Order: sequence, then structure tokens, then C-alpha cells
Amino acid sequence: MAKKNFILVCGGTGCESAKGDEIYRNLIKEAELQGVKDDVQIVKTGCFGFCEQGPIVKVLPTDSFYVQVKPADAKEIIAEQVIKGREVQRLLYKKDKKAQDNVKVQDIEFYQKQFRIVLRNCGVINPENIEEYIARDGYMALEKCLFELKPQQIIDIMKASGLRGRGGAGFPTGLKWETAAKVKSDVKYIVCNADEGDPGAYMDRSTIEGDPHSILEAMMIAGRAVGSNKGYIYIRAEYPLAIERLKVAIEQAKAMGLMGENILGSDFSFDVEIRLGAGAFVCGEETALLKSIEGNRGMPIPKPPFPAIKGLWGKPTIINNVETLANIPVIITKGAEWFASIGTEKSKGTKVFALTGKINNSGLIEVPMGTTLREIIFDIGGGIRGGKKFKGVQTGGPSGGIIVEKDLDTPISYESLVALGSMMGSGGMIVMDEDDCVVDVSKFYMEFCVDESCGKCAPCRIGTNQMHAILDKISKGKGEEADLDRLERIGKAMTKASLCMLGGSAANPTMGTLRHFRDEYLEHIRDHKCRAGKCKDLVVYSIDPEKCIGCGLCARKCPVPCITGEKKQPHVIDALRCIKCGECFKACKFGAVLVR
Amino acid sequence: MINCKVNGIAVQVAEGATVLEAAKKAHVKIPTLCYNPDLSPWAACGICVVKVEGGNKMLRSCCTPVMEGQSFITNDAELVEIRKTVIELILSTHPDDCLACPRNQDCELQTLAQEFGIREQSFPKRLKDLPLDDTTGSIILNPEKCVRCGRCVTVCQQMQNVWAIEFLGRGESTRIAPAADVKLGESPCIRCGQCSAHCPVGAIYENDQTREVWNALMKTGPEAKTCVVQIAPAVRVALGEAFGLPPGTDLTKKIYTALRRMGFDAIFDTNFSADLTIMEEGTEFLKRLTGAFKTGLSLATKNKSLPLITSCCPAWVDYMEKYYPDMVPNFSTAKSPQQMMGAMIKTYWAGKASVDPAKIFSVSVMPCTAKKFETHRDQTMYSSGYQDVDVSITTRELARMIKQAGIDLVNLPESEPDSPLGPYTGAGAIFGATGGVMEAALRTAYALVTGEELKFVEFTAVRGLQGIKEASVHIGGHEIRVAVAHQMGNIQEVLDQVRAARDAGKDSPWHFIEVMACRGGCIGGGGQPYGATDEIRTKRIRAIYDHDEGTEYRCSHQNPYIKKVYEEFLETPGSPKAHQLLHTHYEERPLFLK
Repeated sequence: MAKKNFILVCGGTGCESAKGDEIYRNLIKEAELQGVKDDVQIVKTGCFGFCEQGPIVKVLPTDSFYVQVKPADAKEIIAEQVIKGREVQRLLYKKDKKAQDNVKVQDIEFYQKQFRIVLRNCGVINPENIEEYIARDGYMALEKCLFELKPQQIIDIMKASGLRGRGGAGFPTGLKWETAAKVKSDVKYIVCNADEGDPGAYMDRSTIEGDPHSILEAMMIAGRAVGSNKGYIYIRAEYPLAIERLKVAIEQAKAMGLMGENILGSDFSFDVEIRLGAGAFVCGEETALLKSIEGNRGMPIPKPPFPAIKGLWGKPTIINNVETLANIPVIITKGAEWFASIGTEKSKGTKVFALTGKINNSGLIEVPMGTTLREIIFDIGGGIRGGKKFKGVQTGGPSGGIIVEKDLDTPISYESLVALGSMMGSGGMIVMDEDDCVVDVSKFYMEFCVDESCGKCAPCRIGTNQMHAILDKISKGKGEEADLDRLERIGKAMTKASLCMLGGSAANPTMGTLRHFRDEYLEHIRDHKCRAGKCKDLVVYSIDPEKCIGCGLCARKCPVPCITGEKKQPHVIDALRCIKCGECFKACKFGAVLVR
Repeated sequence: MINCKVNGIAVQVAEGATVLEAAKKAHVKIPTLCYNPDLSPWAACGICVVKVEGGNKMLRSCCTPVMEGQSFITNDAELVEIRKTVIELILSTHPDDCLACPRNQDCELQTLAQEFGIREQSFPKRLKDLPLDDTTGSIILNPEKCVRCGRCVTVCQQMQNVWAIEFLGRGESTRIAPAADVKLGESPCIRCGQCSAHCPVGAIYENDQTREVWNALMKTGPEAKTCVVQIAPAVRVALGEAFGLPPGTDLTKKIYTALRRMGFDAIFDTNFSADLTIMEEGTEFLKRLTGAFKTGLSLATKNKSLPLITSCCPAWVDYMEKYYPDMVPNFSTAKSPQQMMGAMIKTYWAGKASVDPAKIFSVSVMPCTAKKFETHRDQTMYSSGYQDVDVSITTRELARMIKQAGIDLVNLPESEPDSPLGPYTGAGAIFGATGGVMEAALRTAYALVTGEELKFVEFTAVRGLQGIKEASVHIGGHEIRVAVAHQMGNIQEVLDQVRAARDAGKDSPWHFIEVMACRGGCIGGGGQPYGATDEIRTKRIRAIYDHDEGTEYRCSHQNPYIKKVYEEFLETPGSPKAHQLLHTHYEERPLFLK
């Protein structure tokens, strides 16, 4: 029986943790209670991307885009939309809180400049239902590769498409496949790198959660192309939902004869196993990842030999990142030319970014290569939150560098970002405003690298710690100008002499901020001042007796407490006991709390 | 062949050769720290980086294979600056107590700091105050000094296949320790000391017992000891390196003089007791062999009487007891030359010299750290009624003692050992090299079986640095197949074949197997002077064979003093008395004590 309405509930980790699952269950319950369960199909999908507005519920065919939905709203959605055929006005997306007008889905700026290849099925299909994937041309590419294309032809398509590795380094995928295909070996492996670890990045998680079959299909295509029958998905254990959906997808694919022995009756067999990582950032580095799959300590080893020649257990191994793989079925079905027509000269296709930080529309976005950072931040991202001033954007997570205002019009490509002292990385994009302190940010990223350094090579193991110690010193107002030279010296040695890219890029955030904001470092050192007020040791809170009316709110909010004063008399902060949490500053309605 | 350029100098190297090897060929030195020619590159330190023309990356020369037409720059201002920074970073995690360090003036990090003219330390110290591990009694692990170069781990796991140590912790907390953080003495460690021989700094070193020896030598009055010393075959060809002499300089007779000057009352040579070992082990072999001639080799294989496996090497004995306990019956029960000498000194010699064995302090100088453990391995090491060997010191310790005593070793007059436990044959001398025990045994076995003396005593098939060597010899109408393995990691392949044959009820591939734990045999021992490479090992081995060729007798059974010892004291090889003093037994030991 044809359903009148389809309700899509976001099932990404972000919306799930904001009671998305409860909304989903309530909708089903309400549909039953209100006697319309046959008129509506309620589906849990992958991520819609617009995480800022989550949890998101979309109703078809009206394209009603409900944002910040609560479990209690289920009753009204069923009653109004399904039964009465009216949209729930108060839940529809509006440009901002004060705006009255609802914005139609196609007019939402967040989606306007996006172009979805990787995320084509996210928010559209039920990721736990293989039939929905198949209905969207799923497994057609595999079929084509099994019965129409020779392995070399698959590789030729990949080469012609210009697809490059989305894990960060941008190595041409077709070339990698060709290398492995040429090696004679009884066993070869296809490994999916789903060890996403940059702070703030969740592109791969969302892709798997929303469209797990696309990864499996792509791995099998790769297997067909290079002559491999065995695949491993290396995914961090902190991604339980993605793991669960992969397991379901593997089971379903096997049950339908789309995976396993003699796939679709062909002579090709392929099996996929999931391997859980313990969350070490370094295991995203391909040689460390392979060591980890082998059951060894996850430490990088020198390259060459490259994994495509000698990888897992010494056998030729293709390692492709989740996003790279998700592109592949589409490239096969739509053709290399189509894919190569998108993007810039050397960077083809699209790129998914996890847009976070001080931005109005945070979320998961996919844009054609060549889109400018300004378009991403100010058009799609809706600009800086609270009307603050843009300071910089960090791409490539702890491996990237800060990109400042003057470079925002650069079209995004692998090369252009490197030229700006950053890198594509896997796609984390963190926006900073004037309230962010460059010393504090650099310290944060360096601390991440200190924690994640595997400890094998001296420049990274010691360099990250020494740099962190210096940054910490500067943030406490105890730095000296010679420390900046030390940072640059260590940074250069780490960049040049580290074994893997974790160490090789760990200095980038510091180097970038030093290049663009040296004056702020000097302010910390010479004037013991943090203009953003982030470096607690350099901040002093006091109360302006002229402005204070003695309401006592600050004293009540103070967790120490260190604010005293008679009712209706100016209050005083005991600077020695103050822990600089800033609660008083936030609480005061009269601007009487001063930060210096 | 591949063509490349190093600093503009054209070089041809074999395919797969690294940039470091190409540079060496062009007589260009690239500084290294974690690299060691014995080991596959771990690529940890980042000091050996070079540039390749046309590329913007720096490459690690130790592990990067050369590609056709590449042109490398190994030295420019930027490279020197980067290397210097990395050295300073490493120094910032390394204590500054060089003056009190066992590796003072023999330390690769110290040398780098000196060569790079480090005059100030730009970065504050980040030290970890980690506890010392001295639980093996043979080697001491001081994690505080460790530079995490990974050599010891690679040695222990890949070269020796022992897996006693591992990296624990991550990032700055990375450190070297046995798995599960047990102590070394509770781990599978076999005390071979190869980690200490490969450590570039003072993080793993031999347990220095020189003070105990000095104390014994200097006791006077009623406390005074009769101090007796023996030196092992491999010590004499390596000690000179610690005195600036070329590797392979044979110092046998100068060492005797030095030991006398240090105050030892009697100087004996372990080469003599090596002859004794051959008499006992050779007899044991013949007995097992004749048995097998009657029953057939497959039965002898099944009941573990053949192949006979040598047991002179204490690290190997430890390994076998931990990893191959099912082969205990295959092991020769003959004690090692060190322990035979110890037993003879406190019984036979004590009687002859009318010295109370309780007053004898018996020292051995060995190329080996495991020998320290062997002196008290089990009750059979007390066969004289006392600890047969009181202290075993390494070649490195002897070098220090000679220097402390102010003895000008290089220019010393030569002298002879004391008799009757001194004079030896060439067969005893070659115990110091891989294949030597086998060759010595074959020389005597031939004579014992056939009643004839060999015309050509040299079995060259069992010599050299190849990891596993095989040979077959015809003795009295029988074909005897032998195998020789050295460097612990090579043993598994041999023993697994024996096991497989045994389990399948087939003939063992070999009748007799010699095993030494260290690469090249004892000449490459864990207690030898630092910096052994295959080039140096080859020179030491050459010196051993030269020594053999210069001896009057080449076969142990020809040694007139050996004959005398049996006539006067031991009766016959394998006699009850010989068994009581010169044989031992083995048992299964757990890999981990906890």
C-alpha cells in the first residue's frame, strides 16, 4: 500500500545523542495511537549534515524541514502533518530566532552551495536497509565491474576520474590501485581506513552511519580491480553506531549474495572483516594502522616499501579512506568524465568538511573542490556566531595550520591549502573568532599531539613535549622572546625529521599562528597580556565600584567563593583566591566586572 | 646496479642499497644514532636525514633505498641545524652524568654531541626518574639513560628471537621493559647481553663485578685468598680493541702477564678446559652414536638420544630450557669449559698445589654476560663443594681492570699460563668461534672411532658467519650429518626440523648440532668490546683460526696435559668422577616467573 507520508528522522550520532532515537520511537508510537500507521512510513536515516539545528526531522513529499525537534513534538507532527496535512509551523527552519518566515528546504543557505556525492544517501535512505541502497543505484557499480569491465578498465576509470585520497595526503587513487594490481602475489588486501581522529572531525563516521553499503561496494570494486578477496575495515571503537551499521550492512550484503563466495554468480569472491582500533590517532597513519591490524603495537614504519607493494602481513595492500571509497561507486556508474568535470584542475570532485567552531551553521558539508573558504564560512556556515570578528580557520585539525582573513578567497584544493601552510587533512574545519587566543589554540593542538605521539621517533616524541612546555610557559606569562626562536627551531626539526606525518605536521598549528599572529605571542611575553582573555594566568578580574550596584549575583555565581560585599554596596573580588572561571563576568548585567 | 650521486660524487650500488650505504661507498659519513649495521633499520632517531635534489622532503638515509639517478645532499647548513636540534632534543631527555656513566667516552650520543659541537642545551631537561632493573645479575637496565633507539628491542626480538623486552607506554612515557612490566629477571631474558652490546648509550650494560675481584685480590692476612683466573678463547682476540688495537689482535700471552701483574696467583686458560669438554662431550656423542648405529637413527631421534646438541653456551641453555624444554634429553650433559675449569681448580689443582679450596677465589674472564648467571645456575655448579667459579667478568670489565691497574697492556712482555690447567690445543682455541665446538669435536671423534689421526683437521664447512651451516663427514664408514647455528634467532629453524622429524617418526636431519647464542659465536659475545660488526667479527674469527694453526697439537685428545689429568685424577672420560665434576643437568623453566 502506498504511504501518504514519509518521515525521515536523523539517525546520526549527533542527533541520536540529542534524543533522536526517542523522537523516532515516539513518532511510531503516535502514528499507531492516532491510527495512521499505515499512512506513514517512519525511517531513521543517516546524517542530514545540518547538525547545528539538530535533531532534524524531514517529512516527504512536502519537504518539510523540522529543526531542533523534541520527543514531545512527535504527537503534533503526526496529528498535524499526517492527519491534517498541515505543516507544524513552529518547528520549520527559520533563518534566525527572530525571523518569522519559514525557509523552504531548497532555499536554506546551508545547503545551497553544497554538492553531494559522498553524502548522496545520507539523510535520504535508511542505512540499515540494503533495499533502499539498491533502489538508489546501489551495487550497480559492482555489477558493472564484475560483468562489463576488466580489472584494468576499472583502474583506468579511477585514473581518468582524477580521484585523490581523501585521508589527507591526496595520493591519486587509480595510481595506488595500479601499483598493487601489478604486484604478483597470492594474497592482497583492501583496507578501509575509518580511524578518524582529528578533534572536531566526523565526516567518516557520518558517511558510514548514513551509507555503509557504499563503503562495502567500493571495497569490493577495489578488490576486483587489484585482485584481492579480502578486506578489512579499521574503525575506532568509539564509533559504536557506525560499527553496528557496518555489521548490519555486511550481513545483509552476504544474505543477498552481494558479498562472500562467487558474488552475483561471478568468479569473484570477497569478504570483509571489521577491526576495531583503540582510538590512537597515530593508527590513522597507514603503516601504523597495518601494524595494529596485525595485532602489533601501532607504530609507523619507514616507507618505502609502500603498502601497495608490501603491506599487511607483507602482502600488497590498498588503504583507502572512507570518503575516498564513498566516491567510487558513483564514479563507476556516472563515469570518469563526469567526476573529472567537478572541481579544480588537480583536485577533482568534492570534499566533505566537518564545519565547527565559532560559526552559526555548524555541521557536515560537501562542496565541490575549488569552493572558497569564504563561501564555506560565510555562505554555507552563515558567518561568525554572535556577530564577532573572524580570526582564522583551522583546516586539517592538529596537522593543519590557521588560515586568515586575507586568504579566505583561495579556492580549496590540495595544493592551495599546503601553500597556505595548512593542509586538506581529512576535512576538519574549525572556525575561530576574536575571542580565541592563538597561544591557547596552539597549545591545545600541541597537547593533542603530545598525547597522541606514539613515542617511536625522537623529533616527535620529544619535540611535541618541548614545544608544549614552551607554549604553556608563554600562556602563563613566563615566556621569553628567545622561546619563539626555540619554537621555530623545534618546529622545523620536527617537520623535517619526523618519521611519519603525525610528527611531520604537529608543528603546523604553532608555526601558522606564529607566522600570522606573532604580535599576540609577543603581547603574552612582553606585556603578560592575553587579548582574548583565554590564558587564565594572564587575566585579572575586578569589579568597577562605579558600576556595581551590589546586587550580589556575581557572589552567588562564584564557585570559590571569593567575592564579598554588603547588599547594595560595591562588591570586591579577592584576586588571590580567584580561579578565573569567568562566571562573575558572565553573570553581571551591569558590565561592572572588568577583565584585564 | 643503480647509479646515484652523493654530494656530487657518482656511486654505483646494488639494487635495494640504502642512501647510507651509498654514502659509505662514496666515503661520506652520515651521522646516525639508532642505526646499527646488524639490525634492520628502526628509523627512530631522525639524525641521518638527507635531502634529495628536486624533492622538498628530508629522507632517513638508513632505511631509504636508492633509486636510479637520484642525487643526494648529506651535508648543508640546514641539515646540520636540523640534526643539531634533534641531538639537543635527545639530550634534553638524557641525564648529564656522563662522568659516572658506564659508557663514558664510549658512548654514541656523547660522540654525536661532541662532533656537533653542542656547547649549550637550549631545551630544559625532561627526565623521568625511572627505576633501575638489576634483577638478572648479568645485565642492568637503566631506563633513565635510554634514548628509545629501539636497538635492544630489535636485537632481542628479531636477531635473538627471545622477546624479553618490548616498548611499553606511549609518547614521552615510552620505555623499554619486559612485557607486562615484569622485571628482567622474571622475563624470558636469556642474559646473552646482545642488548648491552648494541645499546648506543649507558642504558643497558653488564653488571660490573670488578670490585668483587679487586677485593679478593687485595685481601691480606688470614683473610687472604688464593686468586685463580681463567680466560676464555674469545677474549684474547677482542680485548685489544678496548686498547686501540685493530680487531683480531691476538693478545693471549700479554693477557697472562697482565693478570699476573694484577695479582692473580695462578693463570689458567679456558682453552684447556675446552679440550676437556671435547673429551667428555665427544665420548658422550660416541656413546649415543654407537647406540644409534644399532637401533637406527629414527629410534634414536624418537627417544631423544640424537641429535646431540651442544651446551657450552649458557644463554643457549637458558633459551632451550625456556623455549624447547622437550629437547632436554638431546642436550649434552657436559658442562661448559668455564664450569669444568672451575671444578678442576677447586679439586684437582687445589690438591696438587696443596691449597685449601675454601681459600681459593676463582675468577673467569668471559666474552659473555650469561656466564655470570652460569656460575650459580644450579647445584651442579658447586661440584667441588664450593661455588666452582666465584665471579665471572666480561672482556669489557677486564679491560677496565687492566686500565685501573695502570698496566700498559699493548707493550707488555709475553708469558705462559700455569700448568697443568693451562696448555691447550688448537681444538680448544677454536671454541671461541661459531662452528668451533663442532670442528673440535669432529677432530677427536674421528680419532676415537677410527683409531687414526686426521691428516687434515680443518672442517671449513662449519666455519663462517652464515646463520645455519650444515656438513656431513664420513667417520668409520658412517655418514655423520652435523648442523651449526649461531645468533639465537637462527636456532628455531633447526630445532623445528628436528622436532618435526621426531614427531613424524623419521630420522633427524642431523646427528650433532652446535648452537651458540651470539652472532659469530663467543667472539661476538654480549660482553665483548663495543661496536662489533660483521667485519670486526670476521677479523676476530680469523685470529682464532690463526691461533689454532699456530698450536703444536690440533686435537683435544692429543693434549698431554689432558691425558695427565685423566691418568692422575679423572680416570676415563665419562667416569663416575668425571660425571660428578664435569656434567650437569637441565630442566624446564617458565618463560615468565610471575
